[in-house]
Amino acid sequence: MLSAYEIAALGLSLKVAAWAVAGSLPLGIAVAWLLARGRFAGKTVLDGLVHLPLVLPPVVTGYLLLLLLGRQGPLGAWLYKYLGISVAFNWKGAALAAAVMSFPLLVRAMRLAAEGLDPGLEQAARTLGAGRLRVFCTVSLPLMLPGVLSGAVMAFARSLGEFGATITFVSNIPGQTRTLPLALYSLVQTPGGEQGALRLCIISVVVSLAALVASELLARRLAARLRG
Amino acid sequence: MLQVTANKQVGGFRLEAAFQAPAQGVTALFGPSGAGKTTLVNIIAGLVRPDQGRVALGQRVLFDSAQGVNLPPERRRVGLVFQDGRLFPHLSVRSNLTYGLRLLPPEQRRLELEEVVELMGIGHLLARRPATLSGGEKQRVGVGRALLTSPELLLLDEPLASLDQGRKDEVLPFLARLPQRLQVPMIYVSHSRQEIEFLEAKVIHVAGGRIQAAPAA
Repeated sequence: MLSAYEIAALGLSLKVAAWAVAGSLPLGIAVAWLLARGRFAGKTVLDGLVHLPLVLPPVVTGYLLLLLLGRQGPLGAWLYKYLGISVAFNWKGAALAAAVMSFPLLVRAMRLAAEGLDPGLEQAARTLGAGRLRVFCTVSLPLMLPGVLSGAVMAFARSLGEFGATITFVSNIPGQTRTLPLALYSLVQTPGGEQGALRLCIISVVVSLAALVASELLARRLAARLRG
Repeated sequence: MLQVTANKQVGGFRLEAAFQAPAQGVTALFGPSGAGKTTLVNIIAGLVRPDQGRVALGQRVLFDSAQGVNLPPERRRVGLVFQDGRLFPHLSVRSNLTYGLRLLPPEQRRLELEEVVELMGIGHLLARRPATLSGGEKQRVGVGRALLTSPELLLLDEPLASLDQGRKDEVLPFLARLPQRLQVPMIYVSHSRQEIEFLEAKVIHVAGGRIQAAPAA
């Protein structure tokens, strides 16, 4: 069935995308909530920063990550010195690049869900004795769940396809940072690699499609629960 | 005894109201739409903050702009039934009913689930979702949910206004039973004389953001 090369690339891609989404989800929910409900100076700046990876060339984002988080970078040096963590040229860096690139998609979907909430339901929960945090956890967040889910799936799919920022930030190292798109790119660069490239294309399509179908089914079940 | 003094500017509308309501029975805030009745109720519940004023329930001060007191809604022990029900769509009727009850320390519980379910006649609805209920059933669940927080005051903000006549006649008897069965004073907002007479409420007239007439206290 799948060759070792394909399994390595596919497994790495899934791992990188899963960590990218799981890691950015809490921050994504917080930022989406702030943008939807918050009233503070600098909201426009935050909004712009969140969307920056969407409009910048991915190579630019990758290069900025490299400057900031490489071993010599200000943040990267600090992380390595005090926490012993290095994200340069390993799969953690690939996950970080994917998380940054997919963050706008994650936040957009969840922000829409937060803006669609009926504040009247949250007020009702307050009069029933629930404090702000409890209202968020028991009313707001459950009602936002369809949006959280669709945002997470979009971000997951975007992470699977992340190329430019990844190859710039953490290079193309087999088993560490050579995800599906990078493996495909490597095959295209190799004479006689066309057939292998085509196989990776098919794998990419199948995985992405499976993610979308799974999210659609889950979204339907969630919607059915709200309808009774 | 509920004592309310509240001034509030909302856009071009100015609310300047002061009234008292007794510690038992039903007091109606009666007046046309846009008179400021809902704003008053939201001020008592803590959902709207007046520019100046004081709200006291018995010995407890809920809001006092002069002393800088403003209890959040969750600490006022005031139940509120909304015109549009506002049941939580993601929870079953049972979970809606027990939402506030579960947050209440056992020693403060004056009512249990079975009692309220029987009082409001909603036993057959417990497993259902709010979206499958009729308007009248939703309001009965809404009242039950507020009662289960064992409030010291129950506010009802036009609970029947969005129902047709048949549904109103279905819900009213349940509301009329409450004052005798529970020792909870009720503030009932309405622009329907018929409902107020049915509930034998003391009437406070509200119009244009002011109290026009109140019964002798």
